[in-house]
Amino acid sequence: MAWFKRKEKGIHTSTEDKKDTPKGLWYKSPTGKIVDTKELEKNFYISPEDGYHVRIGSKEYFEILFDDNKFKELDENLTSKDPLSFEDTKKYPDRLKAAQDKTKLKDAVRTAVGKSKGKDLVVAAMDFSFIGGSMGSVVGEKIARAANYSLKNNVPFMIISKSGGARMMEAALSLMQLAKTSAKLAQLADAQIPYISLCTDPTTGGTTASFAMLGDINIAEPGALIGFAGPRVVRDTTGQELPEGFQTSEFLLEHGFLDFITLRSELKDKVNQYIDLITNAPLRA
Amino acid sequence: MEYLDFELPIKELEEQLQKCQVIGEESDVDVTQTCKQIEKKLQATKKDIYKNLTAWQRVQLSRHPDRPYTLDYVKALCGDTFLELHGDRNFKDDKAMIGGLGKIGDQSFMIIGQQKGYNTKTRQYRNFGMANPEGYRKALRLMKSAEKFGIPVLTLLDTPGAYPGLEAEERGQGEAIARNILEMTRLKVPIITVVIGEGASGGALGIGVGDKILMLENTWYSVISPESCSSILWRSWEFKERAADALKLTATDMKKMKIVDEIVKEPLGGAHKDRETTYSTVKNAILETYDQLKGFSEKDLVNQRIEKYANIGVVKG
Repeated sequence: MAWFKRKEKGIHTSTEDKKDTPKGLWYKSPTGKIVDTKELEKNFYISPEDGYHVRIGSKEYFEILFDDNKFKELDENLTSKDPLSFEDTKKYPDRLKAAQDKTKLKDAVRTAVGKSKGKDLVVAAMDFSFIGGSMGSVVGEKIARAANYSLKNNVPFMIISKSGGARMMEAALSLMQLAKTSAKLAQLADAQIPYISLCTDPTTGGTTASFAMLGDINIAEPGALIGFAGPRVVRDTTGQELPEGFQTSEFLLEHGFLDFITLRSELKDKVNQYIDLITNAPLRA
Repeated sequence: MEYLDFELPIKELEEQLQKCQVIGEESDVDVTQTCKQIEKKLQATKKDIYKNLTAWQRVQLSRHPDRPYTLDYVKALCGDTFLELHGDRNFKDDKAMIGGLGKIGDQSFMIIGQQKGYNTKTRQYRNFGMANPEGYRKALRLMKSAEKFGIPVLTLLDTPGAYPGLEAEERGQGEAIARNILEMTRLKVPIITVVIGEGASGGALGIGVGDKILMLENTWYSVISPESCSSILWRSWEFKERAADALKLTATDMKKMKIVDEIVKEPLGGAHKDRETTYSTVKNAILETYDQLKGFSEKDLVNQRIEKYANIGVVKG
């Protein structure tokens, strides 16, 4: 005999009255591990069971790198124009507006200076959520100005790449940001200011063909996708099946393009250890 | 503990001593005197053997499986400060050549060296300490990075040679070593080289051009290994002892020829017999050498280095 007896058939609760778990309480990693979002936040956004590094943005990276999350944002109000009157399925200004509304960001990179373990560090962190972290004039300009800040104040420089590549809506102007940012890095190199490139998931296209691969050290988070042509393009062009682990951080390390892979939880320590060693300063605890 | 063939008398005595001690512990027989006698004889035998090592015996010691390797020194010298850096930024990360930044005392060094394995699996992983072109290119990349930031370079030599493989030739083994030698002659920071094991030919020199070359007591450094020399000149490996003598490859010989600047003493029986002592001697030697070099301007440093190498060689007329 059943414990409960259904008196009426069907569901009669109206949609408005339905109870639902609020969104964002839990996170499910690609291997299917489930973690409480608060737990995830405390664990540097690394899924504790499988070590998966969840995609995060500039806000979280600043929090991880800067002491007490204190920093001064540089050029925070720089925004894109629409020099080519570009239109695909949407007009470019509309796309920008939509991205800004959705992400509360101005463009795909934020730059800031702050103390990391007590010493100044300039960080440019990209946001993938803003049009796929694509690099247009604003990204190029903000990185260039942040590099200028480093140069002027003799502060180590770090870029956290997370990008699908150059922004199509600004066409060749986007392409030339590769040259612009690289030129600035050349100036930093001449001034002997350490530049650290962190590649995160994903670092593809124009970013790998410029600043992401030009660090005094290139480092990466585990399991990140890093490559020039995306895996789909490579597969479609060559007609070949791609090997397991192709274009992952581990693949790049093996092929000589990364100095090391670091867990996000050790990022701040490792970056500052490198800076102390290469500048022959006493190691900070 | 592994014993080399010429160490067998030591092994015998050590075994006797052990047996004697066991008897003393397990029975009422007083063996103190016997033990003392054996010990005395053991010390005398050790001294006798290790004070009169032939060139070939030193070669054997330089390859002793218990001998400390590059990463052992790095760990002992730098502790937790060492940050290994990988890759040639071109083709591969060569596991036979390691490099990275670390502190020795208060000073940062870019440390580079060939790495051997300590068991079958790691020996394969490290390719027996035989680097490929990408290993030499990684070394150069790191040296250039050190130069950029004014960090001195320390190289630790321990290789049976650069890897003689098909792919190594395709990727330009000769070019890679040549490029390193040239760039090292004019690198604008102090370079200290320590031969910690085997210094075989171009494979060693590819990271071995420096301001001061130190050589541990039981190591060898030459243009070819005694075995290969024997097989080329005597058409057989059988003459390796003679070849070792003829090549004048020991630290003492190399110092006489002014190719190395200093011999670093090893504990009796070799570096592996007392690792801690070895590490501290090597550390002191490195820091003393760095003290001698750090005062020079970039220009003087490079000029002296070039001058030094320009003066090596013996000619008539």
